Amino acid sequence: MNLFKISWKYLTFRPLSTGLNVFLLALGLAIITVLLLIQDQLEKKMNQDAAGIDMVVGAKGSPLQLILSSVYHVDFPTGNIPIDEAKKLSRNRLVKNVIPLALGDNYQGFRIVGTNHDYLELYQVDFSSGKAWELPFEVVVGAEVAKKLQLKVGDEFLGSHGISMGSHDHDQHNFVVSGVLAPKGNVVDRLVLTSFESVWYTHDEGEEIATEDESSPDSLTVLRSDLASEPSEGHDQFHQKVKTKGFPESDQPREVTTLLLQFRNPMAAVQLPRMINSGTSMQAASPSFEISRLFELLGVGVSLLQGIAVILIVVAGLGIFIALFNSLKERKYDLAILRALGASRMQLLILVFLEGILLTSFGAILGMGLGHGFLALLVSQSDQMMVSSIQPWIFLNQELWILVYALVVGVLASVIPAWSAYQTSIARQLTKA
Amino acid sequence: MLLQTSSLSFSHPGQSPIQFPDIHLNSGDSLLILGKSGSGKTTLLNLLSGLLRPLTGEVILDGKSLSKLSSHELDEFRGKKIGIVFQKPHLISALNVKENLQLVPYFSKEKAQNLDQLLIDLGIGGKAKSSVLTLSEGEAQRVSIARALAVSPKLILADEPTSSLDDEHAEKVIQLLKSQSEKIGAALVIVTHDQRVKNHISNFIEVKA
Repeated sequence: MNLFKISWKYLTFRPLSTGLNVFLLALGLAIITVLLLIQDQLEKKMNQDAAGIDMVVGAKGSPLQLILSSVYHVDFPTGNIPIDEAKKLSRNRLVKNVIPLALGDNYQGFRIVGTNHDYLELYQVDFSSGKAWELPFEVVVGAEVAKKLQLKVGDEFLGSHGISMGSHDHDQHNFVVSGVLAPKGNVVDRLVLTSFESVWYTHDEGEEIATEDESSPDSLTVLRSDLASEPSEGHDQFHQKVKTKGFPESDQPREVTTLLLQFRNPMAAVQLPRMINSGTSMQAASPSFEISRLFELLGVGVSLLQGIAVILIVVAGLGIFIALFNSLKERKYDLAILRALGASRMQLLILVFLEGILLTSFGAILGMGLGHGFLALLVSQSDQMMVSSIQPWIFLNQELWILVYALVVGVLASVIPAWSAYQTSIARQLTKA
Repeated sequence: MLLQTSSLSFSHPGQSPIQFPDIHLNSGDSLLILGKSGSGKTTLLNLLSGLLRPLTGEVILDGKSLSKLSSHELDEFRGKKIGIVFQKPHLISALNVKENLQLVPYFSKEKAQNLDQLLIDLGIGGKAKSSVLTLSEGEAQRVSIARALAVSPKLILADEPTSSLDDEHAEKVIQLLKSQSEKIGAALVIVTHDQRVKNHISNFIEVKA
């Protein structure tokens, strides 16, 4: 028998009141846990995904949208820009490197990104099997794409137009998986990467077939690249190696969706945006600026949730206080008995504190469990790429603070009951009956 | 001499002081404290156990003057030397029967006697694991006697232990108190106005307010 066991017995003696208080506290702490995890990971992830990109250039529109669509691949692209203007910009002496992107297609909800090998280098990808694309229609799939869709090197699939599932298929030419990337925990995990040419040719064919009006749905098998019924123009180009650096060659007026820019020197950050925004039909946006703007916008919601969490914790604290205080009337008798049996005032003080602290510790542990569990549920239920990349089962150092909060609540809630236990006059209690 | 009091008096707030007769008890002795309701019998018991401090006079138990001990020392001394049977059993309802008894050695830091045997001696051996809420009044009172005896104290104080019991149980409880305190060689002091108790113990003092 010891104090710990006694307070444990007292707690389990009234399971409903104990359970309710633990649960209330756990809810409050769960919200804080979820917020901590999301905030930490989202911020880390967003910074990680934007690392190495000084500026994004795309069609005019919302700069936030431009960043979201071309760096994080979550929003819709703002539109396309003519390749000539893009090329002109890339020759600017302030620009160190330009990675062009062609967006707008997807496979089963995973976005297909037409680009060059610089993009692979930007994110320092590793291949778990296969290699980078060299021919048109060869693709490299991110780790998560490969896992979810069970793709391996050599597999073929058809892309669809648009950036979400359910739009019409580009049923003229199959993509062939040439490589699968190792998981990196960044945006590339969820992308299907291919050459610029692949994206262009997909769309070219769609137009050609439509005009020639032989697009019966069954014709797709016929359109394997080596069959004779291919439209005359450009069949050879399917077997030519694609450009792995810089802009792809084309004899037609082509477009790209966005450009990821790296500056040569800090001066570029001042001069380039002004030049692009006022002197061209394109717009420039800075990832870091737009992200901080986004977090500012999200901040309101986060503070609201934090407020709710604090209220829940305070209510739980009050609940624990009231439970301890109420039970003290009957308990005063028990305490007097314990004193009569030889317990010191200090032991009784500890007993009451121990009870409050035990209660809140359980709340804290349950709260963290709930928080992680809830996040895991959220992640598993979400199609949103950004959310689904969050790891629900990593533990942060800040979560130790949750334990501290909980213990503070426990101590605060126990102070008055414990003091009144300390003050209990045994003789008066025992003879009152 | 195990227990000795001299010229004890106590004053409840706003009341005139009560003078108590002196008590001299040896190990193994029994004593009744008689008196009308409100005459201060229980107050005397509380003075003997150190739960109250007297206005004048002193209590010497086993060679120690209770008034010379600090409140912390007194708590420990009480736990080791004195077993108290209250008017009502006052068991801790969150704990089962055996756990209620185990509290005593824990808080008094004194070695307990064989608790299972004690429960068997008191005729409640089968109830060791029961919740105290399931006990009848007589059983609960016997558990509280077992609790008073748990660490074999020198002095057993009982405050109207039979007042809420029927004849049969009252008889049993007195018998048990007598036999058990003789067995461990403790002095027994019972506060009562119950005729059934007087039949068993002849030695008494009377408290008059």
